[in-house]
Amino acid sequence: MKGATPLLEVQNLKMHFPIRTGFLRRDTSYVKAVDDISFEIEEGETLGLVGESGCGKTTTGRCILRVLNPTAGAMMYHPRQGPVVDLARLSKGELNRYRQDIRLIFQDPFSSLNPRLTVMEIIGESLRVNLGLSGSELEGRVAALLSTVGLRPEYSSRYPHAFSGGERQRIGIARALALNPRLVVADEAVSALDVSIRSQVLNLLQDLQDEMDLTYLFISHDLSVIKYACDRVAVMYVGKLVEVAETRSVFLAPQHPYTEALMSAVPRPDPRFRSQRIVLEGDVPDPADPPAGCHFHPRCRYAEDICRVEEPPLQDTGPGHKTACHFAGNLQLAGIQR
Amino acid sequence: MAPERELLLQVQDLRVHFPLEEGVVKAVDGVDFEVYRELTLCIVGESGCGKSVTAQSILQVVDAPGYIASGQILFHDHNQVGATQVLDLAAMGRTSSQLRDIRGRDIAMVFQEPMTSLSPIHTVGNQISEVLELHLRVTPKEARTRGIEMLQRVGIPRAEQNYDSYSFELSGGMRQRVMIAMALSCSPRLLIADEPTTALDVTTQAQIMTLLRELQAEFKMGVILITHDLGVVAEMADEVVVMYLGQIAEQGTVDEIFHDPKHPYTRALLRSIPRFDFEEHDRLESIRGIVPDPFHRPAGCPFNPRCDEKLEGRCELENPPVFNLGENRAVRCLLYEEDRALK
Repeated sequence: MKGATPLLEVQNLKMHFPIRTGFLRRDTSYVKAVDDISFEIEEGETLGLVGESGCGKTTTGRCILRVLNPTAGAMMYHPRQGPVVDLARLSKGELNRYRQDIRLIFQDPFSSLNPRLTVMEIIGESLRVNLGLSGSELEGRVAALLSTVGLRPEYSSRYPHAFSGGERQRIGIARALALNPRLVVADEAVSALDVSIRSQVLNLLQDLQDEMDLTYLFISHDLSVIKYACDRVAVMYVGKLVEVAETRSVFLAPQHPYTEALMSAVPRPDPRFRSQRIVLEGDVPDPADPPAGCHFHPRCRYAEDICRVEEPPLQDTGPGHKTACHFAGNLQLAGIQR
Repeated sequence: MAPERELLLQVQDLRVHFPLEEGVVKAVDGVDFEVYRELTLCIVGESGCGKSVTAQSILQVVDAPGYIASGQILFHDHNQVGATQVLDLAAMGRTSSQLRDIRGRDIAMVFQEPMTSLSPIHTVGNQISEVLELHLRVTPKEARTRGIEMLQRVGIPRAEQNYDSYSFELSGGMRQRVMIAMALSCSPRLLIADEPTTALDVTTQAQIMTLLRELQAEFKMGVILITHDLGVVAEMADEVVVMYLGQIAEQGTVDEIFHDPKHPYTRALLRSIPRFDFEEHDRLESIRGIVPDPFHRPAGCPFNPRCDEKLEGRCELENPPVFNLGENRAVRCLLYEEDRALK
């Protein structure tokens, strides 16, 4: 099922936020939250977008949904029928028919559901607006959606406060799936959940993908969740992609020093792996004023003169593997040990 | 583990209750543990299991209307002469001068949210020197020198300038370093860290964990680390306490907990975390159901409705006592009834 047909091709996407200062509120500089990134999402796959806070992963997701209007770049979407469209250039009206295809699951199950609406209204709203359903037809669809995500249909008259965090996240998932989407952007969808609930929701997302032929863009800072859920992984650092490859090769044979450091920083739930880590010095740079050359060079233990001057492009460094590093392939980087 | 380890804190049958309109929430319901010098005790559990309330009750900083209903918190205070004085912190008044002297000087705390626990209207230096001037009675000038030294020690660059900056001018990792500098400024004997790295990114988390370990060795402190992250536990702990609904489910050394977990809850928890050694798309095992809400605690063992190894006819009726399986190894589960004598 995981064919190599692209569903969405993101090309040279840029999202720059202006910083306005002074009396005239002129744009004096820009926060380059997303700075010239390109990647593809193939139909039926789960692409993980991973990075630390402020790296631009959420902004990327929001651009794809056109919550934000990207500064530059193209997002070529292949609809079920009809020609390829560039989501970045469509007007609001033209965009409406594609909004049903690309949906979002939010991070925080507490603030993403309106406390004054019942579950029926929350999930039914998009069905009412887009498909014009009402009455028993609407109720039937909502009930079916609720049982798909593992909630009892009779709960549909309740308000969000009557549910626990995990159940609310299921409501959010049901809402995202109401219109039979093709691409679901899951932005930190399990980060706010407890361990025992998180595994339930991860399993649910996987079941739904198989049942409904979904494609996921899975945004997370948690590498163990990414490792579990994704087919391919894109690693971001300060607005740029530094490495894109299949999950297995990213984890076993990373080619970018940042990926190596990121993976070694994750505490493993096994005392045998204690303190076998690379501790990066310093903080993630400010995206308004990133370092010259490779953005990672001030924290990189392999950095040489060229890294301080020249920015490495994201290029092929192996089958299905892209890396933005001058020394990709020439470094002995450690993946995770088993 | 050296046999001559020095006892620092003994918590015995601690109960913390929150009388609310809907009823009394027993946030902590009979908890016992010990903390030793230079060792780290991790208290791990899901949200609502009472781990933070346990930590807060040690210094009696539990939010109202919570109060310590019963139990003892024995702090073993060694003075310079070498004599040991045992103080029961639970018996002291919340606002007594005795307890206020201990807070911040002998026992210090680091909180989860470095943004909300630092004052935005005082400089970093103000906040560190306040602790020093109060507890050590030093002059403002000495406080400044010591404060800057502390900032340097926790790895804050340009400590001199940053001493006069405000918390919002610093990054999350730097703020947490300031919190740690404040907590350690009076060389406490026990540090309580409540989810110190939860709000931080993984690379920053790794920095802070390394720093905490270095400082623990340097100051020879006992550390209580509260976390929900089993990865952090594996990284930091010597001893582990696993909590579920206000009670200790299981207790043991870090190797025992990870390599020989006894309680069905601990086992299920360890199986439900995505691990790096999984194949992609392996199914995760999950614990069915949800953590019960505190007003509807199940009868019998609190974990019985979610337990796969439940003994029909017993677990839903009797709350198991704590069975002792060796030194500092205990489990609260009827499966081990025959194994060892009651604690």
